[in-house]
Amino acid sequence: MDKSVSSLAAAVAGIDDGATVMIGGFGGSGAPIELIHALIDAGPKHLTVVNNNAGNGHVGLAALIEQGQVDKLICSFPRSADPRVFTELYLAGKIELEIVPQGTLAERIRAGGAGIPAFYTPTSYGTELAEGKPVAEFDGRSYVQERWLKADVALIKAELGDPLGNLTYRMAARNFNPLMAMAATKTIAQVSRIVPAGGIDPEMVVTPGIFVDSVVEVTDPRQEEALNREGAVYP
Amino acid sequence: MNEQLDAMKLSNAQIAWRAAQDIEDGAYVNLGIGFPEMIAKFQPEGRDVIYHTENGVLGFGEAPPEGEEDWDLINAGKKAITLKPGSAFFHHADSFAMVRGGHLDLAVLGAYQVAETGDLANWSTGKGGVPAVGGAMDLVHGARRVAVITDHVTKKGEPKLLERCTMPLTGVGCVTRVYTSLAVIDIQDGHFVLREKRPQMTFDALQAVTGAKLHVDGEVADLVVPDL
Repeated sequence: MDKSVSSLAAAVAGIDDGATVMIGGFGGSGAPIELIHALIDAGPKHLTVVNNNAGNGHVGLAALIEQGQVDKLICSFPRSADPRVFTELYLAGKIELEIVPQGTLAERIRAGGAGIPAFYTPTSYGTELAEGKPVAEFDGRSYVQERWLKADVALIKAELGDPLGNLTYRMAARNFNPLMAMAATKTIAQVSRIVPAGGIDPEMVVTPGIFVDSVVEVTDPRQEEALNREGAVYP
Repeated sequence: MNEQLDAMKLSNAQIAWRAAQDIEDGAYVNLGIGFPEMIAKFQPEGRDVIYHTENGVLGFGEAPPEGEEDWDLINAGKKAITLKPGSAFFHHADSFAMVRGGHLDLAVLGAYQVAETGDLANWSTGKGGVPAVGGAMDLVHGARRVAVITDHVTKKGEPKLLERCTMPLTGVGCVTRVYTSLAVIDIQDGHFVLREKRPQMTFDALQAVTGAKLHVDGEVADLVVPDL
């Protein structure tokens, strides 16, 4: 078995117009900038994107949105140091937004990957974000029903990967990446280094390869924060 | 009147200092983005507090010196942090299991409005623009204590402590204690219970800038804080 792919372009080939794409990361940490830029080059449109945020500056997710490839964003916090790309499109009514509390977003993705179609959470009970959702009482407290979230494709960032798709992460860049890896029909991981099978201690594997379809090596990944400090714009 | 009131108020740093005094040794604590983050600076000597951040770190420390940031190591406010010995990384589902699952001892949040019922409004002014909730609605559920730190009144001098919130709610019946620029107030059985107030201020003057009835249950201590 060899899930390694030789180029970013090959890794994102076959993502169709209208696809739902989960993109890992929390702000810039764990954001697969190079995979997102490859998706911009590939050019599919009318995407629904699931991410915690809505991009920052003019690189990564913000650039994908700026290119007009995203019709709808599902996120918890569409604000950042420089959120102008998303904000202007949203206020002009040109992009749809579904706001989800951060923990609910994480759990909906986890549920999607775990085959759990719905669950109850205390989060958002009694607020406008619970409007229209079923409510039930358990042991004297009220909870809101939330549904799973799945995707056609997940673009994630990891540290080490092997040909079987086993992954490790680097510090807080883990965040949504292991959850999204579980919840997509096709999971594409960019990793800083591909090591041979056996090169990752099984005790250290965070995402087992069963959740991963493609692994592409990006040896010196760029950080959104660093790119924005340089004033970078993609493409 | 407003000048008199302003003269009695604690600064934000002093409110944060007061809140920090109640964090016990060994506590697991989440400090909300912005103002609540200041509390970590005033942690009393000799107490070990383990800070949780939603994006997957337990046991983080101060910001690194400028130029030494590692952008894979940030807090929920997207600011660079450092690690203390014994810290841990985890993914987002585990992170919010810590929150909702009742594993945190304390969450401290900012507020637009707090109601005597414990309802909190702190995520949206309801005036349009781009809505953004982040982890606020999760953080109000599950921690053993949910505290708010806030000015006692708005910039226009209107009460922020009310019978009912008028802004969109973050959570229902979730706040247990409020540290304001004028007082420390517990929320018990749908009432504001006054615990401490600025010594220069009369009870009636404090009640006049509070939008719901203040109850007294035992001694009201002086809210005295060092110059910071």
